Amino acid sequence: MNYQFQFDAVFAAWPLLLKGTWITIQLSLAATAMGLIVAIVCAWGKTSGPSWLRFLINAYIEVIRNTPFLVQLFFFFFALPAIGLRWSPYTAALTAMVINLGAYATEIIRAGIESIPKGQIEAGRALNLKGWEIFVYVIMKPALKAIYPALTSQFILLMLSSAVVSVISADDLTSVAATLQSQTFRSFEIYIVVTGIYLALALAFSLLFKTIYRHALDYPDRR
Amino acid sequence: MRTFGFAEFMFIVEAARWTLALSAIAFVGGSLLGLLVALARTSESAAAQWVAAVYIQIFQGTPLLLQLFLIFFGAPVIGLDINPWVAAGVALVLNTGAFLGEIWRGCIQAIPHGQTEAAHALNLGYVSRLRDVVLPQAFRIALPPTVGYMVQIIKGTSLAAIIGFTEVTRAGQIINNATFQPLQVFTTVAAIYFVICWPLSLLAARMEKKRARALAR
Repeated sequence: MNYQFQFDAVFAAWPLLLKGTWITIQLSLAATAMGLIVAIVCAWGKTSGPSWLRFLINAYIEVIRNTPFLVQLFFFFFALPAIGLRWSPYTAALTAMVINLGAYATEIIRAGIESIPKGQIEAGRALNLKGWEIFVYVIMKPALKAIYPALTSQFILLMLSSAVVSVISADDLTSVAATLQSQTFRSFEIYIVVTGIYLALALAFSLLFKTIYRHALDYPDRR
Repeated sequence: MRTFGFAEFMFIVEAARWTLALSAIAFVGGSLLGLLVALARTSESAAAQWVAAVYIQIFQGTPLLLQLFLIFFGAPVIGLDINPWVAAGVALVLNTGAFLGEIWRGCIQAIPHGQTEAAHALNLGYVSRLRDVVLPQAFRIALPPTVGYMVQIIKGTSLAAIIGFTEVTRAGQIINNATFQPLQVFTTVAAIYFVICWPLSLLAARMEKKRARALAR
């Protein structure tokens, strides 16, 4: 093996890498927040909506779950301008990630909502709780505890698949890697450092989610 | 400049054979590797467990795109001249091995420990224990999630387009650059993936329902 590793080119660009990491985290958090809202609305629609709404939501979920994220991204960035919707790479990436997460998270949240026994809701009504109070305290809070592992692993999957948005030149960490590579030609060093950063991010968020669970959601319940 | 007609449509459809070929390679290679990983994770050797755990964490905790790039750009480092086929194949096999290994570890650990203890009591060796007692039962449990994961493999092959492997997505990019009609092109690409993946998803859901019904009895 007569390849000389030269990591100084990579480490000299650490401000750029930091900025790319920050944009990746920002993108993932924003997409998760909006995706969860989409998912809660769709989960509500699937459980208590009219049958045409259920059909539409099911069609949306099946299409998103059976097509690759890259193709969805290309659709939002390249195909939609043909009907007049021209977005920046960041907006297209965010939209694609929100739509993608919304489909997967809808199933998770719906499963969580349906795992609450009907007796709980009846008990809430018997205690004269208002409709939104029942939804937040009797349905969503216990459901959140049950679906928390699935949701947090979806977040980490989303953050990892956000690497793909570099293909439409949104400024995330993988884009930074591609830029550095075109400047320094040190492909292997750059990509191994960037892979290490993603791994560190995944582990850090995993730890963060476990800590949040222990402090906020680990209360004893009957199950 | 061409317009998107039947010939362009068929170009994209014919590229689906490379998607399926790459998915098959990834599944077969990944299954062999995944079995080894699952056995290592459930073995009694702490070293094997640790190595398998680190391997799974690395390949589940990093993006598939970067794994592809590392193998594609990293092969010249060790002196190999690599082409997109080999790079995509190796990266997908390694990635699939990690995910299938984790799925199958769960299935092996779902078998009651009493089965293994009974096999010990009957003086069955490690290979016989696995081949005759644990794995046949684990296979039945593993079938629905494995079929479900095949959908993820097929979707994962789309990333090979970025390193220049000509499968459905890359064929779509090529036709898009020739016709400048991205709406038709990418709808076709999405439809092809949907036609391949949706039956598998339905099959996996049906198998899962049958298994849940059988367990509830």
